[in-house]
This record gives sequence, structure tokens and C-alpha cells, in this order.
Amino acid sequence: MRISCPLCGPRDRREFYYRGAAVALQRPAADAGEDAWQAYVFLRDNPAGVTRDLWYHAQGCGAWLVVTRDTASHEILATELAAEVAS
Amino acid sequence: MAELTAKSPCAGRLPLTIGAATVTEETLGPMTSIAPYRGRQADLAAALAAAHGLGWPQPNRSLTGAGVRLIWFGRDQALLTGAVADPALEDMAALADQSDAWAAVRLQGEAAEAVLARLVPVDLRRAVFAPGATLRSQLGHMPASLTRLDDHGFLILVYRSMAGTLLHDLKTAMEAAAARG
Ligand SMILES: [Zn+2]
Repeated sequence: MRISCPLCGPRDRREFYYRGAAVALQRPAADAGEDAWQAYVFLRDNPAGVTRDLWYHAQGCGAWLVVTRDTASHEILATELAAEVAS
Repeated sequence: MAELTAKSPCAGRLPLTIGAATVTEETLGPMTSIAPYRGRQADLAAALAAAHGLGWPQPNRSLTGAGVRLIWFGRDQALLTGAVADPALEDMAALADQSDAWAAVRLQGEAAEAVLARLVPVDLRRAVFAPGATLRSQLGHMPASLTRLDDHGFLILVYRSMAGTLLHDLKTAMEAAAARG
């Protein structure tokens, strides 16, 4: 499996650290309430299909990436710098 | 006060020649990591040009000037070697002295590409990784910075604490490349 880092180019999967679903970019407001926080901390979709994850290019440029991929076909559909998605 | 003698990271272990590849220790002089503050990239590039005659390197590129080299070193980060960074840069970027933090070696020879192909999971052939090109990746299991210096030469940087492992891994790969002839 290869991931194309927007800065470094296509790289082997072993250079990356997997964080999980890209929900960290949608952190609820402090007063959003228990339901919103419970969903943010615990609830994940686990789709057989397209998902968005956070990956860290630990052995490369040190950037956090948002990777859109298909868990059924293993196709990587898009990679973006998390800093640009979040801002 | 005691007079301390500086010892280089690879002291006593280099040079090493096996087959068509040679490893020598590089003395890069002062090394400073430069990380621009948000929104100050353009000012920093201008200040670098004024102070050191170099702009800001694009990702995967290194720049060379009179006695200095500026190596792209990661997202929004570059490493200046060969001169003490001008204090004027401090307004625009976080500067950190890294002079004693890295082991620096040069791998030179016809077999250099074949040696690195055994250690680095990126295509480093001349056609796609020309002189001046640089990257961050791993060498064996070590985080590394690799820069192509010329047709058959590479500058390799790893954390100083990993100098012994670097030389062990290079030696093993050089022996294997030489055995294949
Ligand atoms: Zn990268």
C-alpha cells in the first residue's frame, strides 16, 4: 500500500502512523453537550467503503494528512494536508 | 577549566570502502533548523536571501550557496549548514542549533544507488532524484535525511545517537551490493 504525501510524493505505508477517523478536525465546542461529546469520543462508523482517516508522515515530512480511502477496495482516493483541511 | 576535545559522531569508524562505494564522514559546520512562523514565509525567504544568499527551499529540494547549504527538512522546516544562522531570522522563524545532533556521512561511488536501494523505500535513481534533490524517509528503521550531491554521491543525516547503526546498516548493504558484482 502506498500513500501520496502532498509534500513528499508517493511513499510506502511503513513511513506513516495511523491515527484513526478524521473526527479530530471536528472537535465539538466545550459546551456542545454530552451527546455531541460522547459521539466525538466514542462513536465511529466503521464503513465497508469510503472513509476518512488521519495519518502522520512520521518517517517523512512530519505532516498530518487526511486520507480518503476505500476500506473494501483499499484504493486511496485523496490525500490532503490536515492543516489545510482544518483551516 | 578543562579543555574538552570535540569528537565527531563517526570518529574512528570511517572511511569505509567496499566494492564501488565509499563512506566518509562529512563535517558540515554549524547546523540550524529553521521553521517559519505562520504567515512569515515570504519575509523569511527575503531575509535568507539577504543574509545567506539563499531563498526558501521547495519540498524535496536543497539549495547551495557560498559555503552554505539549505536542506528542506520536513513540512515548514529547513536545515541550514555551513554558517551560523543570521540572528535577524529569529523574528520570522524558530531557530534551533542542531550542530551536535546529527551524524553526517557521504556515500560515494558507482554502487551508491544500489546500496541505498537496499535500505531506503524510495526511488533514488538519478533520473528521478537528481543532484540537489533531498528527502526525508527512513534508512533501515532510522529516520533519515538524504540529499543527492552529484551523479554518484549522497549526503546522509541521521540522529547522532544512531551513527553506529547507520554505519552497520551501510556496511551490510555495501557488502551485499559488492557480492552481486
Ligand atoms: Zn510527507
